[in-house]
Amino acid sequence: MSVHELTIHELGEKLRRREVSSVELTEAVFARVAETEERIGSYVTLSRDGALEEARRADARLKTNGSAAPLLGIPIALKDIFITKGIRTTCCSKILSSFVPPYDGTAVAKLKAAGAVIVGKTNMDEFAMGSSTENSAFGVTRNPWNIERVPGGSSGGSAAAVAAGQCIAALGTDTGGSIRQPAACCGIVGMKPTYGRVSRIGVIAFASSLDQVGPMTKDTKDCALLLEAIAGHDPADSTSVPAPTPAYASNLDGGIKGLKVGLPKEYLISGMQPEVEKSVKAAVRKLEELGAEIVDVSLPHTDYAVSVYYLIATAEASSNLARYDGMKYGYRAPAKDLLETYLKTRQEGFGPEVKRRIMLGTYALSAGYYDAYYLKAQKVRALIKRDFDVAFKRCDVIVTPTAPTTAFKIGEKTADPLQMYLSDIFTISVNLAGLPGMSLPCGFDNAEMPIGMQIIGKHFDEATMLRVAHAYESATEWHKKKPKL
Amino acid sequence: MSTNYEPVIGLEVHAQLLTASKIFCGCSTRFGDPPNNNTCPVCMGFPGVLPVLNKRVVEFAIRVGLATHCEIARYSRFARKNYFYPDLPKGYQISQYELPLCEHGFLDIDVGEGKKRIRLTRIHMEEDAGKNIHDVRGDYSLVDLNRTGVPLLEIVSEPDIRSAAEAGSYLRSLRAILQYLEVSDGNMEEGSFRCDANVSVRPMGAQEFGTKVEIKNLNSFKAVEKAIDSEIERQIETLADGGKLVQETRLWDADREVTRSMRSKESAHDYRYFPDPDLLPLAVEEKWIDEIRAALPELPTAREDRFVTEYGLPRYDAQVLTARRDVADYFETAVKIHRNPKAISNWVMGDVFRVIKEKKLDDALRIVDWPVPAEHLAAMIKMIDEGKISGKIAKTLFSEMLASGAAPEAIVREKGLEQVSDTASIEAAIDQVLAANAKAVADYRGGNEKSFGFFVGQVMKATQGKASPQVVNELLKKKLQA
Repeated sequence: MSVHELTIHELGEKLRRREVSSVELTEAVFARVAETEERIGSYVTLSRDGALEEARRADARLKTNGSAAPLLGIPIALKDIFITKGIRTTCCSKILSSFVPPYDGTAVAKLKAAGAVIVGKTNMDEFAMGSSTENSAFGVTRNPWNIERVPGGSSGGSAAAVAAGQCIAALGTDTGGSIRQPAACCGIVGMKPTYGRVSRIGVIAFASSLDQVGPMTKDTKDCALLLEAIAGHDPADSTSVPAPTPAYASNLDGGIKGLKVGLPKEYLISGMQPEVEKSVKAAVRKLEELGAEIVDVSLPHTDYAVSVYYLIATAEASSNLARYDGMKYGYRAPAKDLLETYLKTRQEGFGPEVKRRIMLGTYALSAGYYDAYYLKAQKVRALIKRDFDVAFKRCDVIVTPTAPTTAFKIGEKTADPLQMYLSDIFTISVNLAGLPGMSLPCGFDNAEMPIGMQIIGKHFDEATMLRVAHAYESATEWHKKKPKL
Repeated sequence: MSTNYEPVIGLEVHAQLLTASKIFCGCSTRFGDPPNNNTCPVCMGFPGVLPVLNKRVVEFAIRVGLATHCEIARYSRFARKNYFYPDLPKGYQISQYELPLCEHGFLDIDVGEGKKRIRLTRIHMEEDAGKNIHDVRGDYSLVDLNRTGVPLLEIVSEPDIRSAAEAGSYLRSLRAILQYLEVSDGNMEEGSFRCDANVSVRPMGAQEFGTKVEIKNLNSFKAVEKAIDSEIERQIETLADGGKLVQETRLWDADREVTRSMRSKESAHDYRYFPDPDLLPLAVEEKWIDEIRAALPELPTAREDRFVTEYGLPRYDAQVLTARRDVADYFETAVKIHRNPKAISNWVMGDVFRVIKEKKLDDALRIVDWPVPAEHLAAMIKMIDEGKISGKIAKTLFSEMLASGAAPEAIVREKGLEQVSDTASIEAAIDQVLAANAKAVADYRGGNEKSFGFFVGQVMKATQGKASPQVVNELLKKKLQA
């Protein structure tokens, strides 16, 4: 097995035993990128020189420190939404196509401090708006399991890179399912932590009250290790929660005997791909075999989640994206006066989906419509959150499919935004409620495309969620299957 | 002005707060630095940055809220005000909208002989914008973001003001409070204290408000008063001519002394306010409010009243002396050393103010450099009251104190300015004067008593002004009658 196929924890052992150096590992990852990138297109910017320099420094630290940090020397990819000092950061938008940031965000700084090697920046839907990575100013990313299919989105580049061995692990962001849905599409593990668990400093904002950073990895243990590295209170982010970060990776093995797993009846929707339903039901039986107790729960306001999400997320986005005005950085269209500069810069700088959402959000916040749309949406959001509070009185985690279908074909849904929005129907409520949720592989459909199961945890209880995922993963082989490229 | 109409005025004041750092980042608030010197990714609106509220701003706002009798909200919220402009790097201003920090306050202002209560609608915190600098040739503009994120208080009055003079009085009272609280320097010319006026008129006795016009670009107290008068006149003329007023924003043109239309209500911005998801709702604890309340200084109105009762000063003196905290402090320092409040008041309002004005020793907030220390002024007045120097010599002495900075006692000693009260030397001087003016002495004794002043002048001259006038008078009368 080549080193690029290994996990963080497997490579950690090898690096510490000096069976492989970080430079060798990094070279291997770049070789894998060179071999596969033309077919996949995971990356928009590669940082080869910087990565090798970081790898050399990691090797030096490995020589002097036997019990090094788990990420020391590990090549990691970052969604291009993360601000990286000195590395172009575009959010896959023309409007930021030339933007090289002057600072590192908190999660990136933590990765660097832990000795991780930054491979490059991965493709995504422009400003994280999309579920297929087709809304990128830099072209599509293809699913390593079938290059006719999308990798999911918006963190599709990160998911594809992890699945294709173009990095050992990656960071994504999740506003309505943007980590979990591509993780499911690409057969990897992806987690959206509790809102407030990871700092949003250095994450280009899409919808501030929903955005959250999370790991995208080959297995559950890597997910735990990466989460430990990036989580924690950040005084520079007022929405970051001052709670200690538990030791996730060393507490995966407790088993799930007696744990209560909730199954929400509202999530068995018509239009769900039959193999997805079958796989998730089988996974639930597996959890039962492993000692969990299955309980039926109800999340009665689920039907409203997509509508609520597309009001709140677009409203916040319309304001968050106002700073891209051609004045300070990024793209500026030549124009004769101020108004024309604004209009042309934003007309030319943003793609169609971003403009669609800015218009939706602007409308939702307008005088005379605010109460009917934005305010009403916030009230329903509170009801959705309450649904979960009630459900979690009866169970420890909730299990659902991650997405209603496996990865669809490239171009299949681009003409119909509403169909595309429904890809996130199972993940959106989790963001609205601020809960942690993760996706892990639980089967394949008839076309050999991976299926993901979503586990939803209580607020700040990523540990239990990870324990359930790890128990399931340890009893199954899905995560070991690799795409043939 | 027509007596058939009543003006109705409400004022919106924006006051910059004197915190060391900006409201949502650690950049300095210093004024006058090179452009874009005091900036960082946060206040420049870079991607991926987030605001963190400066607690000191909240403390300053609570101080002002308490001093103006507002209710302090235990739970308030920041909101985004969305609009595009190059000096607004995020494309929105973080302000407060639905739930401001302070509401329902009031301010008692001086109107002629009495006081009038002006209610405050609200006081909220927000961030200032930067500055656009337009090139004279007009082909480009530059943006300076030093001011972006400097904390502001927006203080909104109820439409309780009825004249330009009341508006001026309101602004002066408000500014005095901000200065007493040491939260703002209140400099209108430099833009740290800005005012927009909402003006309407209605038939005398009417209950409903007329059509409201907002006036902007008011850069001085004088501009506020003139603009309001001009706008009242324009509105009344329009109505008297059978015209209709439109709700609009008008700019004050200080050169032509008229307001002119800037934008109508129809073209007014829709700011699309919504709660800022990057900031948590602001919860203020009772205990903290109590601490801030306990640390409030004595405010101008209370101090003015105390100056009248405690020092027996005329109301006018008390008003002038307490209009600024540092002046009142100076006065009280002097009074503590020598308790002759009226004399000290006269000297402060006379010679001390004159020198400050001549030498421009003050800026908007404070006297930068006092002409003489309060201790020296008090010592000098004490010497007058104890008969050690004459009032006339005191004027000379004051100039000497200004020039040298030395204490009055030292100057008097060094220059021999003590008043001479010893009768022998004065008698000698009188004898000399009388001997030299025999004809005048004869005239006086012949009934021309008017020339008494002449003899006094001559004696004072002979003693270089140091003779005690009282002693000279007594001795001279005796000698002339002899």
